Amino acid sequence: MSGGVDSSVAAALLVEQGYRVIGMMLRLWSETGTEESNRCCTPDSMAQARKVAQTLGIPFYTIDVRQRFFDTVVHYFLEGYRQGVTPNPCVVCNRVIRWGALFDQARALGAEFLATGHYARTKSGPDGEFLLLKGLDAEKDQSYVLSVLSQNHLTHSLFPIGNFLKSHVRDLARRYDLPTASRPDSQDLCFLAGGDYRSFLERHIPESLRPGNIVNREGKILGQHLGLAHYTIGQRKGIGISTTHPVYVLDKDIQNNLLIVGPREELGSDEMWVDELNWIGKSEPAKSFRAGVKIRYKAPEMPALITLTENSLAHVQFESPLRDITPGQRAVFYQGEVCLGGGTIIKKGAKL
Amino acid sequence: MAVMEKVYLDFAATTPLDDRVFQAMLPYFKDFFGNPSSVHEFGQVAEGAVENARETVARCLNASPREIVFTSCGTESDNLALRGVAWAQRKRHGFCHILTTPVEHHAVLHTVNQLSEQGFEIEFLPVDSTGMVDPEAVRSHLRRDTALVSVIYANNEIGTINPVAEIGLVCRERNIPFHTDAVQAAAHLPIDVLREHIDLLSIGAHKFYGPKGVGALYIRQGTPIEPVQTGGKQESGLRAGTHNVPYIVGLAEALQITKNELPVHSRRFLEMRDTLVNGILQNIPQTRLTGHPRQRLPNHVSFVFKNLDGNRLLMALDVAGYACSSGSACKTGDPRPSEVLTAIGLPEEWALGSLRVTLGRSTTPQMIEAFTGILPELIRKQRSLS
Repeated sequence: MSGGVDSSVAAALLVEQGYRVIGMMLRLWSETGTEESNRCCTPDSMAQARKVAQTLGIPFYTIDVRQRFFDTVVHYFLEGYRQGVTPNPCVVCNRVIRWGALFDQARALGAEFLATGHYARTKSGPDGEFLLLKGLDAEKDQSYVLSVLSQNHLTHSLFPIGNFLKSHVRDLARRYDLPTASRPDSQDLCFLAGGDYRSFLERHIPESLRPGNIVNREGKILGQHLGLAHYTIGQRKGIGISTTHPVYVLDKDIQNNLLIVGPREELGSDEMWVDELNWIGKSEPAKSFRAGVKIRYKAPEMPALITLTENSLAHVQFESPLRDITPGQRAVFYQGEVCLGGGTIIKKGAKL
Repeated sequence: MAVMEKVYLDFAATTPLDDRVFQAMLPYFKDFFGNPSSVHEFGQVAEGAVENARETVARCLNASPREIVFTSCGTESDNLALRGVAWAQRKRHGFCHILTTPVEHHAVLHTVNQLSEQGFEIEFLPVDSTGMVDPEAVRSHLRRDTALVSVIYANNEIGTINPVAEIGLVCRERNIPFHTDAVQAAAHLPIDVLREHIDLLSIGAHKFYGPKGVGALYIRQGTPIEPVQTGGKQESGLRAGTHNVPYIVGLAEALQITKNELPVHSRRFLEMRDTLVNGILQNIPQTRLTGHPRQRLPNHVSFVFKNLDGNRLLMALDVAGYACSSGSACKTGDPRPSEVLTAIGLPEEWALGSLRVTLGRSTTPQMIEAFTGILPELIRKQRSLS
């Protein structure tokens, strides 16, 4: 429970359905001095969640996972930038913290299910297989960040608001007399606490912000960059060099600290490689199959042909080129409403 | 799903109000609502109730009525004793040395911390591994400019009872005011301020089946002290503010009942306590009893379990239907070892896994048996998580 509208309504629905509900809040890591503005667990949101639990008449506990969060999620985030990719720490948080520490703790308490306020649905198939479906509210669908879950997780997870539109969830909150405010739909990471990620990187991995040369594909020096972590693949604005044609960030050469830029035509690619695959279903999919692919949480789903290789990678062939394939981000595979699973993008293009 | 019977084993945190106490309080909310400071009969009736309560409290502690000051809680009593005496001693004699222990309740610890910012020199006495203070250590630490000595009577976290009478004697010989926080002790031990050479003693009613929101401070006649809360002339000018008449009546009634029934309950508690200690030490690996094995509150059991998060254990116990406490318990789930457990020399991998079980009048041997039965499995599960 975060004290926000989604998890509060999720809890209220379960209480109404007759479940014995236990409220839990995670205390996540914040940099010293920024605890007041961590998006997930400020003292204010903790008080709010506690109040919701009291309104619903359920017990409420806080679980301190600050150290574990730092060791896993924050470490992953920093390590990603150190290696020049754009990591998605929320996915790691769901795997290691929410469906890790929290899930294990809930099960150890004797709970049958871990329920959350995510916009996603589950369905049990004919042979007892559990499927992860997109949330009914297409705008709010969060199956992307849940693509790390397993059969065991789904068997013991509930998403009570997955069947509702956000507007309906707000109505329910009013009906149950719960707070209706939701966390700002910010792309910011909770542990940045509203601060900007570049200054965070400066404090934690200053070497990732070492200035170096900006070059084109041919190796010609076009200017100076401020540190590779400042830039994202596909970025056009703010590169800081003047050219006759607009240039885009094409790639980063971590080893030589080079930022590689070029014209728009060179940016796009219609294929990529994906590692660290997780398949939600009981068995792996076919060696080769068609699916819709999302390459970022808010990216549109694009049709593609996925081919699994011997060494547990996936090659993804899109029907048309995409401009913003970003190593470190997660690729998630869909067939219709069903989320099949996902993996980490490791390479744009045909070459591995 | 059937509603589970919850078992309360946290009587050191607070106790339910005794119905006899409740009945004694009731007339003073509406029928006899007068202000004890008023001249008229309404006031006189209320004043009579307060003065009767004062006599009762004095009798229970072997003090005289004029030595009892009513406060809002045990914490306020501690604050008045420490600040009041420290200020008076500095003003009259220039004494600024305060001697206390590292195993005090926060009511004392945080107050002396603030006094230290105001120019007082705070010195902490050594304690042994059970949290006990040696009277000889007190003797050797006393100085010419010692303003006050404060030693907890019985520790809230680990239950250890200090040799208060001996410490009191050491201080009396040097004519240095001796304060003791008896908030836990008053519920379970016969207290005699004269025999134990105590100059100031703090109690709070809700620890002995009285209401929350009322306490008392015994101040031996002649003890140098100044008011901390100023205003009207109530309580001989030592504690301004209109008397909380029904609560003061409740405190006195609760203390009298506690004193009367103490021998009966103590015997029951001791039996259950020892069953609990043996059951847990035998059945759970990597477990230590904290505090003194014998010189401890009869209703008080406390352990540390190695490599266990005490907050998680409390949560698991609560879900299983048992309300307990822990030295490091805090609602935000912050894993920080308590000062007391650190002071008795426990390393962090032990100190984080603390559990306090405190028995009360409604506790039965069956509850203790059931509790001892479920605890090993709960701990095994929680340990397997980390």
